[in-house]
Amino acid sequence: MTEPNMAVSIAGVTLKNPVMTASGTFGSGMEYSEFFDLSKLGAVVTKGVADVPWAGNPTPRVCETASGMLNAIGLQNPGIDVFCERDLPFLRKYDTNIIVNVCGHSKEEYLRVVDRLADEEGVALLEINISCPNVKQGGIAFGTDPRAVEEITRAVKARAKQPIIMKLSPNVTDIKVMAKAAEAGGADAISLINTLTGMKIDIERGRFALANRTGGLSGPAIKPVAVRMVYEASGAVSIPVIGMGGITCADDAIEFMMAGARAVSVGTANFRNPTVTVEIAEGIRDFLVRKNIPDVGEIIGCVR
Amino acid sequence: MVKEIAEVVYQSEIATDIYSMLLKVTFARDAVPGQFVSLYSADGSRLLPRPISICETDAGSGTIRLVYRIAGKGTKEFSGLEGGDRIEILGPLGNGFPIDEYKDKRVLLVGGGIGIPPLLCCADSLEEPVFAVGYRSETYLLEDLKKRGEVHVATEDGSLGTAGNVIDAIKADSVKADVIMSCGPMPMLRALKAYAAEAGIPCYVSMEERMACGIGVCLGCVCGTEHVDEHSHVNNARICKDGPVFDAKEVTL
Repeated sequence: MTEPNMAVSIAGVTLKNPVMTASGTFGSGMEYSEFFDLSKLGAVVTKGVADVPWAGNPTPRVCETASGMLNAIGLQNPGIDVFCERDLPFLRKYDTNIIVNVCGHSKEEYLRVVDRLADEEGVALLEINISCPNVKQGGIAFGTDPRAVEEITRAVKARAKQPIIMKLSPNVTDIKVMAKAAEAGGADAISLINTLTGMKIDIERGRFALANRTGGLSGPAIKPVAVRMVYEASGAVSIPVIGMGGITCADDAIEFMMAGARAVSVGTANFRNPTVTVEIAEGIRDFLVRKNIPDVGEIIGCVR
Repeated sequence: MVKEIAEVVYQSEIATDIYSMLLKVTFARDAVPGQFVSLYSADGSRLLPRPISICETDAGSGTIRLVYRIAGKGTKEFSGLEGGDRIEILGPLGNGFPIDEYKDKRVLLVGGGIGIPPLLCCADSLEEPVFAVGYRSETYLLEDLKKRGEVHVATEDGSLGTAGNVIDAIKADSVKADVIMSCGPMPMLRALKAYAAEAGIPCYVSMEERMACGIGVCLGCVCGTEHVDEHSHVNNARICKDGPVFDAKEVTL
């Protein structure tokens, strides 16, 4: 058969394939560019960036759990000025979409970053992180209350020059409510899931494994939860859904797309295999060829 | 830095729960003293690489030697590997000690516990290495050290050398040096930093922290720094990428 179409579109932005990176697991791509050509990705989603540098949490910040890991980095980042001067010019060299993940402690902080990015060339989309479980103010505090989700979405949408993706937390009773709130606030897309709040105790030392006590659980352990939530959210809204949570191979990515995701993000798996994202893109293509499916769009939400 | 499948040439237990593994890799000639590698479990449920310091390199045979302690299920799995087995590896990682700068100087290489192995490859690049090593009780790698230079030993139970820690041994034996390069537990590094400041000599420390990616992406393994770090412009350097070796004056211990 002829080469299948791998391109998908999110809020008018064309991705050459549906594979992108999950924020916080890929930096701004510099380290991974030593392993492969970033132009092979549908998009690079950057580590969360705030209006000023954030120092993050005390260590230990990470620990392994069964088929997963906990992290409580606390969004250490250099702030938007360094990001615009150093990271954006680096990413612009590649033929991929740049999606900047934006974090903040308050509405004003999110808006300062959004405003600063307004005139930056080459930023295709903004992903608004309202779901980080490891910062006390902002982050998840916005993402677990539907009124707050709608309000912050509306505020960001009113100012952003780029289309916005709201990144949702799975630490809620009903993800459909949050998805609808983001849509009502004017979100162009939603992405989910961020990490699940977890805890590990080092029994030999009788201490918490993470200095922050709790952290965000990621990796294959959370994948079934994520697939279920992507299925529910994509059934509740008409805006595109970007699926993530424990994807380590093409089969996982296809599962998310069949559940309703238009694109997928690969996160923790990068830590085990630096070239996993490109292998997933190739694997999706091979699957389409094997199944004689001419367009990747045909598998999106096909199980409904 | 390459990710590849390495072949185990040989492995043996050299002390209780401490293993010495020789691996055939493509990057042996690129590794510098103080760098480390990431080893990956064959069990997919153990996602994260295990960072292990390089003990020795042999560019001729294209091998590196790793000496590590069983600390959990991942390292337990590694300890079961035999000659001919294969393991996923990423390396060499991190920066290493400023060996060239002090090549012809009297360098005191200080190690405690499982921090001793990287001192071997440091010594191999130095003209006049002197060792001060601390053990709980059971020693290991002692013969390898003695072959390379003068060795001062401390044991916590006094079974060999000075009873106490490495600082006690350095003081008891009146060891003099132009610079200290060290790897070991945090209390030891802290004490060495203070000792070096008092003696007015430079001190380099190899730091350890829980890591995830091992290549500077995840910001899991940071340590506090005196100056604003280059990556995040806060005061948190990445141990895996900006370290693991730092000037002791530069880091919060």
